[in-house]
Amino acid sequence: MTPWKAKQKVKMVLSLAVLTLFGLLAFIPLYWMVITAIKPASLTLRFPPELFPKNPTLANFQELFQRPLILRWTFNSGVVAVSVTFLQLLLCTMAGYSLAKKRFPLSQLLFFVYIASMMIPKQVTLVPLYILVSKFGMINTYWGLILPSVAAPFGVFLMRQFLVTVPTEIIEAAKIDGASEWRTFYKIIVPISLPAMAVLGIFTFVAEWNDFLWPLIVTNTQQMKTLQAGLALLQEEVPMQYAFLMSGATYAAVPMIIIFFAFSKYFLKGVTVGAIK
Amino acid sequence: MYLSLFDYNVFSQRFIGFENFATLFSDWLFLKALGNTFLYTFGVVPLWLGKALIVTVLLHPFRNSIKTFYKALFYLPHVTSSVIVSMIWLWVYNPNYGLLNYFVKSVGLAPAIWLGNKFLAMPALIFMQFIMGGGSTIVLLSAAMASIPDYYFEAARLEGASSWKVFTKVTIPLLKPTILYALIMGTIANFQTFSNVYIMTREGPEFSTISIGYLVYTTAFREYNLGLASAMSMVMFGILALLGFLQFKWLGSNVEY
Repeated sequence: MTPWKAKQKVKMVLSLAVLTLFGLLAFIPLYWMVITAIKPASLTLRFPPELFPKNPTLANFQELFQRPLILRWTFNSGVVAVSVTFLQLLLCTMAGYSLAKKRFPLSQLLFFVYIASMMIPKQVTLVPLYILVSKFGMINTYWGLILPSVAAPFGVFLMRQFLVTVPTEIIEAAKIDGASEWRTFYKIIVPISLPAMAVLGIFTFVAEWNDFLWPLIVTNTQQMKTLQAGLALLQEEVPMQYAFLMSGATYAAVPMIIIFFAFSKYFLKGVTVGAIK
Repeated sequence: MYLSLFDYNVFSQRFIGFENFATLFSDWLFLKALGNTFLYTFGVVPLWLGKALIVTVLLHPFRNSIKTFYKALFYLPHVTSSVIVSMIWLWVYNPNYGLLNYFVKSVGLAPAIWLGNKFLAMPALIFMQFIMGGGSTIVLLSAAMASIPDYYFEAARLEGASSWKVFTKVTIPLLKPTILYALIMGTIANFQTFSNVYIMTREGPEFSTISIGYLVYTTAFREYNLGLASAMSMVMFGILALLGFLQFKWLGSNVEY
């Protein structure tokens, strides 16, 4: 081995060490969550802590499911995440299609408004949105949880950027063959857009499942809380019962982690939308 | 926006012009929250960017499978909700039984009450965000770096440039548009920080961690002063627009391809 090659090798090993260190730092807390969740509750209040549990147990999860509201919260989160994802996919694909392929007055301006509204922080619209939702009488309802998230400029932008690249000839061919507007949409546009819809759908689902601030303010009974808002409630109720709390956290986090590993390709692709052309 | 000009609460809606804004800038708590939010954002965003640049550059020479593995590892905390991450770190920071004090003690330092000390609470929040965050910036920068043709780097090396020279003279300028994007997005996201403050510290010891996001929440939904809360979020929006503009000016002026 030449000295140059040896130097390269050392460089690579050092790089890997630094990368692993940063990676581990981010990973350890998640590991710690799972480890605490499967420890007997009494062992969490002991110093030094056990880094590798000797007697794993599911007792904390049993205790978790004894709370009837856990399943209700899970159901709420599921309903909200699924509905928002479905509605967003439908509406964003439609809107993206019109912005990409239709000529209508002010379409350029409309697209610009979409991009501009992507830059508006969520918290700026929080209070007006709350007042709007309460005027519609939708406080503490599924509608109130779902509808405000359906209009998503990011989704429209993503679908528009994707559909612009689709050749217009395909759509014209369908028109010539006598396909109606609706038929063109679901026979041609939807199948073509599936890759982009997959990215948008997965992102939306995870974001909705994990959303906290909006469910926190728009619900006012325990029954209507989502899982995230419910966890915050548990944290306030029993702040010191770490094993129990971590079992709740693990329960809420694991579905998303599974989705992430199943679809990591889409995640890593989706992040770059909008930033890199 | 319109609401911010009203005395808007459960009992009355009365037009009061710019009085809400005047109230805000004479309110020490609002100014404190503003200061904290700036501290937090300017703590987290550069750390994220630094971490992301280091990771991206170190990761660049490796095979794709290794790249994907590390990118996934760094992105993993992003699919875990901020509520869950905050709950975990509340436990990690526990003064008596927490993981952090265990590590601190095992290297022979004195344990601390991380979140209960007014000098440590804010750095603790920033540290947590630094460790857990930045994953999407890494994915972004890696993708941008992968799109740079290799001969740019090779040419620089052939001319005898050191690794540091290559980094500052080739990599950074080429990544500039992406860095700008990550900077603006990171600033917007962190300026609104709410969940970690809500779960972990609330106001914090002597209001050392109260953020604008949290203050908007308490003003609007605990005290039901919706007009004042709107005024706060308008100030926030104004600041973010200004910051975005400045970052754009600063970095966007000489973007090179």
